Amino acid sequence: MALNIEQGSTSHSAYDLRSHMSDAIETHTLAILVENEPGVLARVIGLFSGRGYNIESLTVAEVDHGGHRSRITIVTSGTPQVINQIKMQLGRMVPVHEVADLTVEGPFVSRELALIKVVAKGEHRVEALRIAEIFRCNVVDSTLESFVFELTGMPDKIDAFTELMRPLGEVKLARTGVAAIARGL
Amino acid sequence: MSEQMTGAKMIVEALKEQGVDTVFGYPGGAVLPIYDEIFQQNAIRHILVRHEQGAVHAAEGYARSTGKPGVVLVTSGPGATNAVTGLTDALMDSIPIVCLTGQVPTFMIGSDAFQEADTVGITRPCTKMNWLVKETDRLADTIHQAFHIATEGRPGPVLVDIPKDVQFATGQYTTKPKAKVSHYQPKVKGEIETITDLVHAMEKAERPVFYTGGGVINSGDKASTLLRELVEATGFPITSTLMGLGAYPASGDKWIGMLGMHGTYEANLAMHGCDLMINVGARFDDRITGRIADFSPNSRKAHIDIDPSSINKVIHADFPIIGDVGHVLEDILKVWKARGRKTNATGVQTWWTQIEAWKAVRCLNYTQEGKTIKPQYALERLEALTKHRKDRYICTEVGQHQMWAAQFLGFDNPNRWMTSGGLGTMGYGFPASVGVQVAHPEALVINVAGEASWLMNMQEMGTAVQYRLPVKQFILNNERLGMVRQWQELLHGERYSESWSEALPDFVKLAEAFGAKGILCSDPDDLDDAIMEMLNYEGPVIFDCLVEKHENCFPMIPSGKAHNEMLLGEAETQGVIGDAGGVLV
Ligand SMILES: Cc1ncc(C[n+]2csc(CCOP(=O)(O)OP(=O)(O)O)c2C)c(N)n1
Ligand SMILES: [Mg+2]
Repeated sequence: MALNIEQGSTSHSAYDLRSHMSDAIETHTLAILVENEPGVLARVIGLFSGRGYNIESLTVAEVDHGGHRSRITIVTSGTPQVINQIKMQLGRMVPVHEVADLTVEGPFVSRELALIKVVAKGEHRVEALRIAEIFRCNVVDSTLESFVFELTGMPDKIDAFTELMRPLGEVKLARTGVAAIARGL
Repeated sequence: MSEQMTGAKMIVEALKEQGVDTVFGYPGGAVLPIYDEIFQQNAIRHILVRHEQGAVHAAEGYARSTGKPGVVLVTSGPGATNAVTGLTDALMDSIPIVCLTGQVPTFMIGSDAFQEADTVGITRPCTKMNWLVKETDRLADTIHQAFHIATEGRPGPVLVDIPKDVQFATGQYTTKPKAKVSHYQPKVKGEIETITDLVHAMEKAERPVFYTGGGVINSGDKASTLLRELVEATGFPITSTLMGLGAYPASGDKWIGMLGMHGTYEANLAMHGCDLMINVGARFDDRITGRIADFSPNSRKAHIDIDPSSINKVIHADFPIIGDVGHVLEDILKVWKARGRKTNATGVQTWWTQIEAWKAVRCLNYTQEGKTIKPQYALERLEALTKHRKDRYICTEVGQHQMWAAQFLGFDNPNRWMTSGGLGTMGYGFPASVGVQVAHPEALVINVAGEASWLMNMQEMGTAVQYRLPVKQFILNNERLGMVRQWQELLHGERYSESWSEALPDFVKLAEAFGAKGILCSDPDDLDDAIMEMLNYEGPVIFDCLVEKHENCFPMIPSGKAHNEMLLGEAETQGVIGDAGGVLV
């Protein structure tokens, strides 16, 4: 009594969990307040890798030294159902105190800091400085053949700036990832 | 008691303060100070297992049969890594376990010291929470937190890793009432608005069904009592997952059998055809839902779960209720009674007529003929000869025998059925039966096993004999990895790749080698006497029951299929399936 299984089907697998409710992909910025203890970040990251969720950006630092609290800002993407799961899974973790979905909770500000080194000579140096001014970058280091620019802004602003720099010379980039906070009270 | 003491002593004190009477463990270099303290006291009994995996499964059996957390003590490195399967099993089945591991001294961590392993790193994904304790002053507090977290909310395994120097050093003991546990207080009461909405739906439902799971059992005896009251009062049919068997009695007249991949025809079709599904402490596992897109297409669904992440994970809930099953059932009953105990009696009666018609298919039918024991028959006889025993506890391994045990044994009480559901761990049942018997020394504890699974932790015979634990190992020996063979037959063109049990031991001699009793039975006519001999023997028994080698377990919903695409299997039922419609064979 063998079963007829169509080509390309995975229904013969014991673990067929293909979702039949896939939806549009959304990007969300989550702010997670956690106990600042060893291993907590690993637990949070392990959740994302273990369950196959995306991390587009992640930043973390202690924000309350007395209370031993750290704030993790994660930019993630997925279907609404996956985003909801991510929040629930984070929320039930023992060392997690609070999960806020800034994307749905109202307007928020998000910023990233980048240090961009551009190796350029002659005319290209002038052009680099001109563009830097338009982007309101600071020059934090300069040699005869290079600049280091400091740029703060939304991630796409940093992307745009680096794309403009690339034709001018070799670009090296260090980015912090996104920090975000709700606007208003 | 705000005293100074060594870390090792603190551990024993904290366990006592937590009311622990039994620890399952295995010693080694990194836990010697703790074993020294255990030696010098009598309040806590240590059970020496024969493998650390066995320690965790035994603790699971202890926990599941008592409702108390199970405690494990193992050494660093290999002791901890051997515990990983058990911890994962406990995580998947929400069993409260506190596992204490030794670690190399703090000043050697990171140096690849002898028997060093990154235990908290390795066990992070398979524990609800874990800690590496680097200061003796924080040790007692951490252990109290560990018990709190293992048992509160959705239960699960936790692990405390304790370096050897922390065990030797002296520090301040923190008592249980002073321990920091306030940050973890999961919500137990459900939203009363949603509960009221659900009651409205219950009053109108024409085709309701209760779908219950392990959460009812984890919530405690009160939850089972309330569930029974609610089911009797409403007259709604009730099915359960593998993990929830016994919460509602199998002898109850609203019981329609287990659901899921090997659940009954009536339970699965009731799930498929219902208009109101009330999920009480179950989690829409893929073994339950089959193909998601076709899962119970015409019902509104209530989901009661203490873990918010279970809700809307797989199946959309129309009535999401986050809370402890016991509390929520109490509120449902209160609201339903206050509103005048209404149900749609005519609708529900028609529904029952339909369910009775499905029942009449007799999906568990099999034929016992000739001189070969059918595994189902062996279990039916075991059931007949032990059902009257109020103190019967059943464990299983994993495979066909497990599913047959769920189908053919009836459970009238919670905490009497120990099986590895979520992880499906072969080798679970025997050590679990050891743990159950330790907790209930006078009870009848039977492990329904497959020969292949049983061999995975057979070393625990030593434990059973040492502690005079009269566990009955009822092995349905088909000389096959039966469940694997079944899938190969049905789905892989009968290519039986590596699914034999070759070179099996002589189980009778094996029992005798350990100082236990062995019984071999291969003739259906001898079966009752042989089972009675097993039951009447006072010590541990290995019962080698030679059964039909090629029996398949039905009904079966092939993975990725819908509930109404169930295979019934037996040729004689084919006509019936045609009539019932939509059922593939
Ligand atoms: C540790 C582990 N390895 C492999 C499997 C896959 N598996 C599931 S059932 C099974 C066969 C079990 O054989 P047996 O214990 O004899 O039980 P039967 O199905 O024959 O009743 C196997 C290999 C598993 N569940 N657990
Ligand atoms: Mg077998």
